[in-house]
Amino acid sequence: MADAPSLHVDIVSAEGEIYSGPAAMVFAPASQGDLGIYPRHAPLLTLLKAGEVRVHTVEGEEQHFFVGGGAMEVQPHKVTVLADTALRAKDIDEAAALAAKQRAEEALKDRSGLISQAEALAELARAAAQLKMLERLRKLRG
Amino acid sequence: MPGTKEIRTKIASVKSTQKITKAMQMVATSKMRRAQERMKLARPYAQKMLNVIGHLTEANPDYCHPFLQEREAKSVGVIVISTDRGLAGALNANVFKQTLLLLREWQGKGAQISLCLIGSKGLNFFRRLGLPILANVSGLGDRPHVKDLIGTVKVMLDAYREGRLDRLYLVNAQFVNTMTQKPAVEQLLPVQALDTDDLQEHWDYIYEPEAAAILDGLLMRYIESQVYRGAVENVASEMAARMVAMKAASDNAGKLINELQLIYNKARQAAITKELSEIVGGAAAV
Repeated sequence: MADAPSLHVDIVSAEGEIYSGPAAMVFAPASQGDLGIYPRHAPLLTLLKAGEVRVHTVEGEEQHFFVGGGAMEVQPHKVTVLADTALRAKDIDEAAALAAKQRAEEALKDRSGLISQAEALAELARAAAQLKMLERLRKLRG
Repeated sequence: MPGTKEIRTKIASVKSTQKITKAMQMVATSKMRRAQERMKLARPYAQKMLNVIGHLTEANPDYCHPFLQEREAKSVGVIVISTDRGLAGALNANVFKQTLLLLREWQGKGAQISLCLIGSKGLNFFRRLGLPILANVSGLGDRPHVKDLIGTVKVMLDAYREGRLDRLYLVNAQFVNTMTQKPAVEQLLPVQALDTDDLQEHWDYIYEPEAAAILDGLLMRYIESQVYRGAVENVASEMAARMVAMKAASDNAGKLINELQLIYNKARQAAITKELSEIVGGAAAV
């Protein structure tokens, strides 16, 4: 083979692309233990846990990326890391869901929004009155 | 000079309002650009995610995840994204109108409706309808983060998993261009976007852990990324709508100032004329 086998690595997160380029080797924190991936690795799908993805570039440098978790797809010449921007764990997610539910319940209980609506209506009436006065003034002078 | 002082104060007040609307217009313009950037950045993730999910379902045709299964729609969940702040023209009103159409359509079919509201404007609007609100998050700011949305989306996904929802929709303002934002309704669950036709390669994967767990994790993240995209797109739309609304407000304020100035000048002139004629009349009498 004329070319040395290399991998194409894409690391993306929902909030942006983190890395895209060729690599000689990739290390990733898979859910069942760290993995090192060379070119021509067998196709693999795995979930990642929080940790460091290390990319050995073709030039021999090493680049580090922190991922909060995510998933990784490995094809013989292509590695795709779908990284989470946030730290994920079952109980953290659960707590966040609970908080979202509570906010909804509180919002339904809380009637203060209706008061602010009354205030807004009063404000509107005042503005309308002002406009009417202006209109009268204009007619008077014009 | 009766009346001229009032007009002068009015002119000053309209001028200061105009200053504010102009500033808001400029702020919205720069924020819109940044939001558009983030919209672009979110795209590759969703695409790659779809690819992987496509590969996975292709390799495992026998396993069917509940998120991919079509079932009879007895209860429908709707995630509505709205802004936190006003002064954005008819943006929220249009989104709510579209949502109400969707709700009416499903209610016509006899389906139960549950809502999930992102943004405080939606909360204020929809809580008057008396429909159950399962989850709510507001105050995401101009830079929504995925981590602020996870909990909210999870409530809806859990409800779907437990069979309390059979469909999940997302409604948000779609950013067409700076002048146009239109409400868009997207079906999140069951997932429809899967198009496995264009996959040429067929991979025999090693799974770590088993395929079902991976698919579950992927689909959950896919839905989250869709909601995140919706939130970012909504921010871009909000800023564009505010920019246009504030430009119109500044222009109107300018017109109002011109008119008031004219009235003021006329009043001033009339007062001078009156005074002069009084002096002349007085002199003639003497």
